Amino acid sequence: MPLDLSLLPDGGVPWLAASGEHADIVLSSRVRLARNLAGFNFSARERDGERLRILAQVRDALPRIPSLARGMVLRMDELTPLDRAVLRERHLVSRELVGGDAGAELRPASAIVVSDTAGVMVNEEDHLRLQVFRSGFDMASALATAVLVDREIGSQLPLAFHREFGFLTSCPTNTGTGLRASVLVHLPALVLTQEIGKVLQGLQQMGLTHRGLYGEGSEVVGSFFQVSNQTTLGRAEEELTEHLARVIRRLVDQEVAARKVLVRDAGYIIEDKLWRAYGTLRYARSLTSDEAMNLLSGVRLAVSLKLLGGLSVYTLNKLLVFGQSAHLAHQAGRTLSDSEAAIARARFVRTVLANDAKAEG
Amino acid sequence: MICSQCQERDAVVHLTQIVDNSVTQVHLCEKCAAERGIETNVALPKHPLGDFLQAVQQQATQMPGDAARCSYCGTSLRDFRTSGRLGCARCYGAFEQSLKDLLRRVHGNAVHVGRSYAGADEPALERDATLAALKLQLDSAVRGEEFELAASLRDQIRALE
Repeated sequence: MPLDLSLLPDGGVPWLAASGEHADIVLSSRVRLARNLAGFNFSARERDGERLRILAQVRDALPRIPSLARGMVLRMDELTPLDRAVLRERHLVSRELVGGDAGAELRPASAIVVSDTAGVMVNEEDHLRLQVFRSGFDMASALATAVLVDREIGSQLPLAFHREFGFLTSCPTNTGTGLRASVLVHLPALVLTQEIGKVLQGLQQMGLTHRGLYGEGSEVVGSFFQVSNQTTLGRAEEELTEHLARVIRRLVDQEVAARKVLVRDAGYIIEDKLWRAYGTLRYARSLTSDEAMNLLSGVRLAVSLKLLGGLSVYTLNKLLVFGQSAHLAHQAGRTLSDSEAAIARARFVRTVLANDAKAEG
Repeated sequence: MICSQCQERDAVVHLTQIVDNSVTQVHLCEKCAAERGIETNVALPKHPLGDFLQAVQQQATQMPGDAARCSYCGTSLRDFRTSGRLGCARCYGAFEQSLKDLLRRVHGNAVHVGRSYAGADEPALERDATLAALKLQLDSAVRGEEFELAASLRDQIRALE
């Protein structure tokens, strides 16, 4: 039976709400904490029995962890590949947890706990990967919640901690705080004005790194960048997130400045380009995933510049995630070939945009 | 296949050399290849932490303790060097010195600052259990209109919370 996504608290994607500061440029803020249970091998070494015991121990503790007690537990090996892909498109599970893109390396007892407060991946690279998402630019609240849930988890489950090295993780790049803070930003004007190379280089120098929409190993499409901290040891959690927030604030200012330059120097070219993007999305009969992403990027810029009214950032966020291949297949109730998915995508985008246009009257 | 130079270790690098128009095959172990200045880290898995693994590798080639193993999970420093993953929490103790250098190189620091952890909170577990029991008793006291008992239970619950 396919997974009923409506059962997930907020569909597992409250961060699409487009609320929060700078929601047109900053789509979401995320804090992830890597934790391991004391007394078990890390995942690279552990056997299947050990993985099952870890999941059992987590399940037993859940009722005593207030933030997760009412959550839903989903075991990856009990889901269809399609359902796993849908969860991945919602950023609820990582590539690692579902055993790679084709699921070929899926190991038993990989699971997620999803509540309306937080998500926890169980038996990922580390035993626990706690994630808290926020819509828009809201690092501080994401961290505060993550810390609260972490404390609840830590009081119920024994964690691997070292006086000097902090929280111990499978890969030493996560050791210490185990914290990865990331922000999903849309930087089309910096890309169009070709400033982006310089900007990304600057990020590197400030100890930050960038990836595509779907994290590690994913390409940058549609000018969507995920920016996150690289180091986890030697600085407190707040310091790490504040540093990232400071840089993002500057990045947003740079993007806004670049947009002004675009409008000033190439006003009608930009306007024409963005309206064409809207026209294509509104009337195309077939859209590949990358094509849709790039066009949505253009329309997002148009909405943000107020060139195009009657379309909400929330709608654009939804199209970005729900217009992905696995979501379309889930909707269709069967797997789709690439060309079928492209047709389904165009139909989905068309319908949503037409409804919004109607609402606008 | 045995290394054609030292005749001891397994050959892991296979070179095709062309000298004066004649082709020769050379098979070398990792160590002999390194001595000849041949890059062997091309075999590293493609990994987002490429630089980091490189650092581990340099670290490990300098370290004579390559074969050192964690007594708990059996992971060796060499295993770690190839995978970039430690086997268990105790590996941190087993490879402490190497890790310290490495952490310093990766994070610019080898000492954790930030949230600390004092272990699962046994008293809290007990307190939660007591609280749950008291709340049940309070419910039945209220239903049974035993108000004096209910008041005393309520006080106990407040004190615990």
